Amino acid sequence: MLRFLTRRTLGAAVTLVIIAAITFFLFFAIPSDPARLACGKVCPPELLEQARHNLGLDQPLFAQFTAWLTGIFAGRDYGGLGYCPAPCLGYSFVNQAPVFETILDRLPVTISLTIGAAAVFLVFGVATGIIAALNQGRPLDKIASVSSLIGFSLQIYFVGTLALYFLVYKNQILARPQYLPFTEDPLAWASGLALPWVVLSIIFTANYTRMTRSTMVEQLGEDYVRTARAKGMKGRSVVMRFALRGTLTTVVTIFGVDLGALIGGAIITETTFGLQGLGRLSINAVTDSDLPVLMATVLVAAGAIIVFNIVVDALYAFIDPRVRLS
Amino acid sequence: MSTPFLSVRDLTVDFHTEDGVVHAVDGLSFDVEKGTTLGIVGESGSGKSVTNLAVLGLHNPETAKISGEIRLDGEELIGASRSTMERLRGNKVAMIFQDPLTSLSPYHTIGRQIGEVFRRHTGASRAASRDRAIEMLTRVGIPQPKVRVDDYPHQFSGGMRQRAMIAMALVCDPDLLIADEPTTALDVTVQAQILDLLRDLQEQTGTAIIMITHDLGVVAGTAHEVLVMYAGRAVERGTVREVLREPRHPYTWGLLTSMPRLSAPVDVPLLPVRGTPPSLVNVPPGCPFHPRCDYTDLAGPELCRSERPELSPHRGHGDACYLTLAQKREIVR
Repeated sequence: MLRFLTRRTLGAAVTLVIIAAITFFLFFAIPSDPARLACGKVCPPELLEQARHNLGLDQPLFAQFTAWLTGIFAGRDYGGLGYCPAPCLGYSFVNQAPVFETILDRLPVTISLTIGAAAVFLVFGVATGIIAALNQGRPLDKIASVSSLIGFSLQIYFVGTLALYFLVYKNQILARPQYLPFTEDPLAWASGLALPWVVLSIIFTANYTRMTRSTMVEQLGEDYVRTARAKGMKGRSVVMRFALRGTLTTVVTIFGVDLGALIGGAIITETTFGLQGLGRLSINAVTDSDLPVLMATVLVAAGAIIVFNIVVDALYAFIDPRVRLS
Repeated sequence: MSTPFLSVRDLTVDFHTEDGVVHAVDGLSFDVEKGTTLGIVGESGSGKSVTNLAVLGLHNPETAKISGEIRLDGEELIGASRSTMERLRGNKVAMIFQDPLTSLSPYHTIGRQIGEVFRRHTGASRAASRDRAIEMLTRVGIPQPKVRVDDYPHQFSGGMRQRAMIAMALVCDPDLLIADEPTTALDVTVQAQILDLLRDLQEQTGTAIIMITHDLGVVAGTAHEVLVMYAGRAVERGTVREVLREPRHPYTWGLLTSMPRLSAPVDVPLLPVRGTPPSLVNVPPGCPFHPRCDYTDLAGPELCRSERPELSPHRGHGDACYLTLAQKREIVR
């Protein structure tokens, strides 16, 4: 297991460097001048030249990339513009702050949104899927199929806006969506995020229902599930111990991918509910041509997906002994 | 003679599908006595497995319509409650399946899978069930059972998996063991070992066995009585000696001539049964075998095509064919 983790971590590091390089060179193809942004609205040519030098933009492209890479470990001084301590992912001149600080500031919002929504869609999606599979072809199964199809076709900005209008502004049933740190007041944290969690969950729940149902139906037809019944195991234990075990593998795989993607920023949900998470940050970075922030958000998103992939692979070994022992 | 241990009467299993009603088993009757082995022989789709899954009550009640009588030790199983069936399965009636790799759960150790049957039916502790699992692995000839008990099925060889399957089936000393093609997925050398093992275990425990197979060699080596099935019906029944030495039904003849023999000259070609098994949605009227039979002219083509022959005589060596006994003897010679 240790060897597996070391190998995967090294692989992940290489992948991240490659992703960083691609985004770095890609963004330099964009016709925008970071020095002009850093310098401000009224900017005489000497000052612009100075800013360009402080940012290292007068260096060759490759040297700029290595400077950026070493900055992550050693920190970087941007001349008169500011100092960026390690780990330095760059300095945003739109926010006038090191990028890493901004990311740290926004990450809890996105993580809170993700964790809450994931808990909701995992529990409801998988449970509905199991119930549907066990009642295959009966009314309960059909209700589950139809509602998951509807849920799957809905869009967050549509449901979210309707929910905001009817549940928050018109009838005041739910609190206005906002982020309050969990450490300060867990109750306010939960009530502030309740609506985004539910709305974000709708589409995912539908997806998990469909996936769990189809995998479960397949599992229930497996020979070893029949053997379990032939052994006289009670109906419930056949389902929980045998059929569900095989279903878990599929669920865990998809869940890992989804979680990674969500940590990268639920752009539409955050925008709909005005939450200042990573998704909003990356969108703002695009509109402001804030290259350092944009690069950092891409890296965080990529890193999240890579980390969760490793976690999923490690979990496989836990779930399936055939993986563990080979 | 007392009532037989397992008695099946007029068993009919229909499956309702989109293509129509599949008559998988149609009016089947047979008995199995304790300590004996009944071999059920037939092609794929002849209803062998469906019959035995019905004995265990493993068909989906929503798609399978089962009627007739299945009495196990005097207890009626058709229409029995779910809890009754769950109590019987693995305890009084156990089953061994064809492919031990897919039939064992890949997620649990061999020991756990054997032990849980014991635990379920006797209420024994976890530790006692584990000891019992080790004891059973020893009985079926797994080397180093104390170590192998914690292995997973994929760490076992094919033959060992089937031994583990047998250990799992016999852990509660069942009175009836149903073996559904237990050797089909195994190497020939391993096949003989598994059959020997089943025979030894039967001698020790007096279990009744139903051996489902398409291999007459397996029947010859293990069974006391034989039931030949075709299109969901019994076409011949008798002791192994009677059926293999003096087969009476044209289908049984076909099965025997299509089987290679070591004693036969090398240049004698094998004769397959001509044609294909009938669709079970549209079973031919009359004798279901008549479209493939070479002797309908002799027996009376009208009769073969219109009226369904019944097994006769009712006891002992019987077959469902309109040929007279004298005609059959003449043909076999």
